Amino acid sequence: MYEFAYHKPGSLADATAALNSAADGKLMAGGQTLIPTLKQRLAQPSDVIDLGGIGELSGISVSGDAVKIGATTRHAAVAASGEVASAIPALAKLAGGIGDPQVRNMGTIGGSIANNDPAADYPSAVLGLGATVSTNKREIAADDFFTGMFETALAEDEIITGVSFPVPQKAGYVKFPNPASRYAMVGVFVSQGGGGVRVAVTGAGPCVYRHADMEAVLSGNFSSGALASVATSADGLNADIHASAEYRAHLVGVMARRAVDQANG
Amino acid sequence: MPTVSMTVNGKSVSKDVEDRTLLVQFLRQDLGLTGTHVGCDTSQCGACVVHIDGRSVKSCTMLAAQCDGSDVTTIEGLATNGELHPMQQAFMDNHGLQCGFCTPGMVMSAVDLVKNHPNADEATIRAELEGNICRCTGYHNIVKAVQQAAKAMGG
Repeated sequence: MYEFAYHKPGSLADATAALNSAADGKLMAGGQTLIPTLKQRLAQPSDVIDLGGIGELSGISVSGDAVKIGATTRHAAVAASGEVASAIPALAKLAGGIGDPQVRNMGTIGGSIANNDPAADYPSAVLGLGATVSTNKREIAADDFFTGMFETALAEDEIITGVSFPVPQKAGYVKFPNPASRYAMVGVFVSQGGGGVRVAVTGAGPCVYRHADMEAVLSGNFSSGALASVATSADGLNADIHASAEYRAHLVGVMARRAVDQANG
Repeated sequence: MPTVSMTVNGKSVSKDVEDRTLLVQFLRQDLGLTGTHVGCDTSQCGACVVHIDGRSVKSCTMLAAQCDGSDVTTIEGLATNGELHPMQQAFMDNHGLQCGFCTPGMVMSAVDLVKNHPNADEATIRAELEGNICRCTGYHNIVKAVQQAAKAMGG
C-alpha cells in the first residue's frame, strides 16, 4: 500500500474541505473495496477521507411510500431491518446476500453505488426501483446516476448522503453469485410500482442497465412465463474466466424469471 | 506519526502508527497479538476476523486508524481466567480444526454468528460462515462445534 494521509471528519462540511484541500483525495465509506484496491496498488490517493465519523449519514427511515437509507448505513443493518423487510423485502434480501457477514458489517450502500462495480448488487436495486440518490449538492434520479463501468454522475467533490427507494407493489431480486466473491455473475432486480415495471440487470454488462424488452413484456403480463418470448443478446456483455458473454445472456433470462416469481410470491 | 488509541481485549492501548497501517498489522506487529492470522490478505478467507464494538470484521480490510476509540476483541481475548470460551472448547471437543490456521477467524466469526442467530440450524451456520475458508476442508466438524457452542452459550 502506498503512503497516504488519513482523515476522519465529523461533518459533511469538514469532509468537503478535506477533499478540496487534498492533492488527490479519495472518499472511503466502509472501505471493503477501497482498502483491497489500495493494497494492490491499483490506486494511489494522497489522502483518504473516512466518512465513518459523520453520524448523520447513517440510518434507515421508512415512511408510507419510501424507504430512505443513509449513505454509510451498513449492509448488515439493511439486511436486519424489519422495516425494510416489510416495505421492500427484495431490498433486505439483496443486502443480506452481499459478500459475507464480515463484509456486510463494514460495507455501505453509498460506497457500493459510488463505486458502481459492474457486478455489485445495490446498483440493480437503485435502478430497478427507480430510486433517488441524494448528495450534498442535489438529488439524482437512478436513470441518470450510473453512467458507465465504475463511473457515476457524481462530481469530484460530491458526497452521497442517502438513497430514497419508492415502495413498489412488488419486487424481486435474484442473482447467480460468483462462488468465491458472492459478486453477481448476473443479478436481476424487477419491480412493479407507481412508475411502471422496471427490470435492472447487474453483472452482465459493463454497467448496470435496464432491460427494455423485458419491461415492455412484463408491463402487459407480470409473470415469469411472459418472459419466455424475450431474448437477451450477448452483444456487449462481459466475458471472463468465470463466464462467457453467451452464458451471461442466458443467465439474464433465468435470473429474471426467478426474480419475477419471487416478486409474485 | 499519528497516535491511535483503542481498547483491545479489555486493555487500553495507544501507539504511534502510519496512517496506512492495517488493523491486523497493528494487532500482530505493534501489539504482538499473533493469534489473529493473515491468510489471503484479500478479504476472502476470514483468518483475520476480530470483533470491533461487537461486530465481526476482517482486520486485513480495515485501517488501524478507523478503529481509533473502538473496543476490539481478538482470539486472545475470548478465554477468561484461563478458561476457554465455550466456542473454543467446542472446537476442541469436536475436532473442529486440522491445521488450525483458519481457527482463530472461524471462532471469532462463530461467536458473532451465535450472538446474531442463537438457534441457528445447520444451513444458517454454513451460510454465516461463508466469509471463512478452511483449506483442510474441515467444515463438517466446525459446524458441529458451532452447534455445541450455541447450546452452551444459551441459544
